[in-house]
Amino acid sequence: MDKQLQPIVQKLKKEFGAEVTEFRGDVQVLLASEKLIAASLKLRDEFDFALLSTITAVDYWPEESPRFHIVYVFNSLSKNLQLMLRVPVAGENPTIPTLTEVYKNANWRERELWDMFGIKVDGHPDLRRLLMPDDWNGHPLRKDYPLGYEEPQFTFNYEEIDLSKPHGEV
Amino acid sequence: MGVEQKLGEMGAVTTTLEQAMNWGRTRAMWPMLFGLACCAIEMMAAQSAHYDMSRFGMELMRPSPRQADLMIVAGRVSRKMAPVLRHLFDQMAEPKWVIAMGDCASCGGVFNNYAVVQGVDEIVPVDIYVSGCPPRPEALIGGVMALYEKVEAEKIKAAA
Repeated sequence: MDKQLQPIVQKLKKEFGAEVTEFRGDVQVLLASEKLIAASLKLRDEFDFALLSTITAVDYWPEESPRFHIVYVFNSLSKNLQLMLRVPVAGENPTIPTLTEVYKNANWRERELWDMFGIKVDGHPDLRRLLMPDDWNGHPLRKDYPLGYEEPQFTFNYEEIDLSKPHGEV
Repeated sequence: MGVEQKLGEMGAVTTTLEQAMNWGRTRAMWPMLFGLACCAIEMMAAQSAHYDMSRFGMELMRPSPRQADLMIVAGRVSRKMAPVLRHLFDQMAEPKWVIAMGDCASCGGVFNNYAVVQGVDEIVPVDIYVSGCPPRPEALIGGVMALYEKVEAEKIKAAA
């Protein structure tokens, strides 16, 4: 672990009961969702993590608890550090608190999170879909989302598929 | 040996209205600038000096659908892009034609999933399908030539 990261991780462990793992130099801090805001405020104000570089999630379906890990990646540009916060959530329709109060750019990232994984973000100012069309059903990056495979059209089944296919007209 | 010879010195040509009209349509068919994915690179190559599509009166790629006669759908069309594509097609003035360039535009190609339209013929009427992933510029020009043959065979019909 980077020498500069050690005191930060120690503090997160002590104050928020975080669990710390490291893999090939990437430090991951497992945290309960109630402590997310406080921890990120601390990271931003005390430890100079000025940039929230990404928010994403991991779906551990068919596990139910935790079903998802929400992953927040913070960067400190002044100290050249990177830290990953992971928030485990359970159940089919989980809710997490919004980070938009702390990092403005969390707005679109949380919209993407909602769009792709169906994770509700509590207190978000404008929680609409970001990537998929507005009338889309479901959340495509969930493990239990069907891939939407369509039967390819060949010579032998041309007629059959042609009947069920929509056709654009002038 | 008829009227051409008699009028030869006056530089006149006789033809049918249909032929003249279709000649005009094919020799200045302006495609719409509509690159969606890697096929667009081949489309640009077809436009550039080496392949030179302007030999066939297609040197002008129009960025506006209102000035375009031909829509070359170059690349995969996502479900979110589909209404936009239809909207652009509706804005093009008659007569208009569509070339589905490449496997993705023709049938979805390797992207058989929820996000990609399985062939743009689901949204707009396609005149020519050009196969390839992506098709070479020669293949696209071949497709354009096939379209020209189709247009040249068109008949004048009363407005609907």
